[in-house]
Amino acid sequence: MTAAEQWIAFVTIVRKEVRRFLRIWMQTLLPPAITMSLYFVIFGTLIGSRIGTMGGFTYMEFVVPGLIMMAVITNAYSNVVSSFFGAKFQRFVEEILVSPMSNNTVLWGFVLGGVARGLLVGLIVTLLSLFFTDLNIQHIGVTITIVLMTSVMFSLAGFINAVFANNFDDVSIVPVFVLTPLTYLGGVFYSIDMLPEFWADVSRLNPMLYIVNAFRYGVLGVSDVNIGVAFAMVGVFTVLAYAYCMYLLRSGTRLRQ
Amino acid sequence: MSKALEIKGLRKTYGNGFEALKGIDLDVNEGDFFALLGPNGAGKSTTIGIICSLVKKTSGEVRVFGKSIDDDLANAKKDIGVVPQEFNFSSFETVWDIVVNQAGYYGLSRSLAAERAEAYLRQLDLWDKRKVASRMLSGGMKRRLMIARALVHEPRLLILDEPTAGVDIELRRSMWTFLADINRRGTTIILTTHYLEEAESLCRNIAIIDSGEIAENTNMKALLKQLHREVFILDSTACLPEALSLPGYAVERVDDHMLEVALEKGGSLNEVFRLLSEQGIEISSMRNKANRLEELFVSLLAKK
Ligand SMILES: Nc1ncnc2c1ncn2[C@@H]1O[C@H](COP(=O)(O)OP(=O)(O)OP(=O)(O)O)[C@@H](O)[C@H]1O
Ligand SMILES: [Mg+2]
Repeated sequence: MTAAEQWIAFVTIVRKEVRRFLRIWMQTLLPPAITMSLYFVIFGTLIGSRIGTMGGFTYMEFVVPGLIMMAVITNAYSNVVSSFFGAKFQRFVEEILVSPMSNNTVLWGFVLGGVARGLLVGLIVTLLSLFFTDLNIQHIGVTITIVLMTSVMFSLAGFINAVFANNFDDVSIVPVFVLTPLTYLGGVFYSIDMLPEFWADVSRLNPMLYIVNAFRYGVLGVSDVNIGVAFAMVGVFTVLAYAYCMYLLRSGTRLRQ
Repeated sequence: MSKALEIKGLRKTYGNGFEALKGIDLDVNEGDFFALLGPNGAGKSTTIGIICSLVKKTSGEVRVFGKSIDDDLANAKKDIGVVPQEFNFSSFETVWDIVVNQAGYYGLSRSLAAERAEAYLRQLDLWDKRKVASRMLSGGMKRRLMIARALVHEPRLLILDEPTAGVDIELRRSMWTFLADINRRGTTIILTTHYLEEAESLCRNIAIIDSGEIAENTNMKALLKQLHREVFILDSTACLPEALSLPGYAVERVDDHMLEVALEKGGSLNEVFRLLSEQGIEISSMRNKANRLEELFVSLLAKK
C-alpha cells in the first residue's frame, strides 16, 4: 500500500474508534465525570476544608492534577483494551488482519483512539474541576507533553493486555487491580513527604508517582520527585511497549492461529 | 494461463498438535470458478485461513497471482476477498459502516468506498438495510453482508467459505446468479460448500479434500464421468409384490409403493420399465435418488 492508502486506513480506524466511545458515552465518558465530581466534592470540599493546605496549596488544588491524570490513564488504557479485545472476541479483528495495512497503521490507529478518549475525559474532568477550584497552569508545555506521552504509553499497554486477554475479566483486571491502586498510592491524595521514610521509599518504586508528579508540576509548579525521571521513564516504557506491540502483531501471537 | 492461486506442500499443525493439513498441492487458474469440497473437519477452512493469513502455515508455499504470502503478503492480500464461514463483523455497527470501513482498510478513498458500498449493497439486496445494526439482520442477510464486504475493494480472487449455509433456496439461487455474474466479469472464485448441487451448477474445477489431504483434483466434467451408477426411486400405483426382482438390475423394495433401481452407466431405463410392466407393475413417478455428485463424493471418500 502507498503511504496515502495507509493514511486512509489509519484514519478509518481512528474514526471508528472515536465513534465507538462516543456512541457508548454512558459507559465511557459519563462514569469518569461522575466519579471525579464525587472526588472533587468529597476530598476537595468536604474533607479538604479540614485538611488545610498541602505544599502551600489548598487540598483541592493539590488533588485535582492527580485525579485528572488518573482519569486520562484509565480511560486511554480501557479504551484500547476493551475495543481491541471486543474486536478479537467478536472476531471482527479479522477484518483488519486480512487487509493489507501495515502493523504500524493498525497499532497507531488503536492507540490514537485511546489517546483521544484519554484526552477527552481529561478535558471533561478538567472542566468539571473548574467548578471547585481555579487552575493556573504553570508550565503548559510540560503539562501537555506528559499527558500526551502518558496516554500513548497506556494505550500501548492496553493493546498488549487486549492481545493476551481471553475474556472480559482479563480486560478489567489491570485497570481495577493495578492502575487504580497504583495511582491512588502514587501521591494523588498526599505528598510522599508526609509518609514515614520507609513508605516514601516504597512509593518511589511506583511509576505512577512520577507521572502524577510530573503533571502536578506542570499545573502547580511543584513536584515531590524529579520530573526528568518521569519523562525518561514514560519515554522508555513507551518505546518498550511499542516494540512489544509490534512484535506481537508481526508474530500474530494470539491473533492468528 | 496465469494462476490465481498456487499451493505447494502446505502443512498445518495446530497449537494442540493436531495436523489439519498434511501437505496439500492445489492450483487455481485465473478466471476459474473452483469448488473446494470435503467433509466436516477436512481442512477447507484451515486452507482458506492460511491463504488470507488468519492461520499461520507450518510449512509449504502459497502464491496469490504469483505473490508469495511469505515475501509479498500485503500485495497478495490486496487481491483477495474472503467470506468466512463464521460471521465476523461487529454486531453494533451498521451495514453501511461495516462495508465502508473495510474499504478504508484497503486504502480506498471515502468517496470511492461509498460508491462501491452502494453498488454492492444494492446488488446484494441490502440497500434498504444499510442503516441497520448488523445484529438485526437475518442469517441470510448477514451472509450477503459478508459478500459485499469482501467485494468492496474489488479483489481478483474471491474466496467463499460456505456462503450459502443456512440460506433459503430462493436466496441461494439468487446468490448463484450473482456469483456466476461476478465470475463472468473476471473474478476468480473459490467456494466451499456442502451442497454439492451448488458446486455442480457453478464450478468448473473441483478439489476434494479429506483429512488434510487432496483426495481428488479435476474438472467437474471428468469427475462426473467417473460416475458409474445412478440410483432411481420409482413409485408404483399399486401395492408392490413382496418378492420383487428384475433380472440384471439391483433392485430394492423400499415399501409397499416404492422401489429403488440402480442403473449402471449405459443401462436403459426403458428396459427397466419393460421388466416392471411384465410383472404388472405400473410406475406413476420417478426421481433420482441423490445428487449425482453426492454419490460420487460418498464413494470417493469411502474408497480411502
Ligand atoms: N484452532 C484450532 N486448533 C486445533 N484444531 C483445529 C483448529 N481449527 C481447526 N482445527 C481442526 O482442524 C481440522 C480441520 O478444520 P477445518 O475448520 O479446516 O475443517 P473444514 O474442512 O472447514 O470443516 P467444516 O466443513 O466443518 O467447516 C478439524 O479437525 C478441526 O478440529
Ligand atoms: Mg470450514
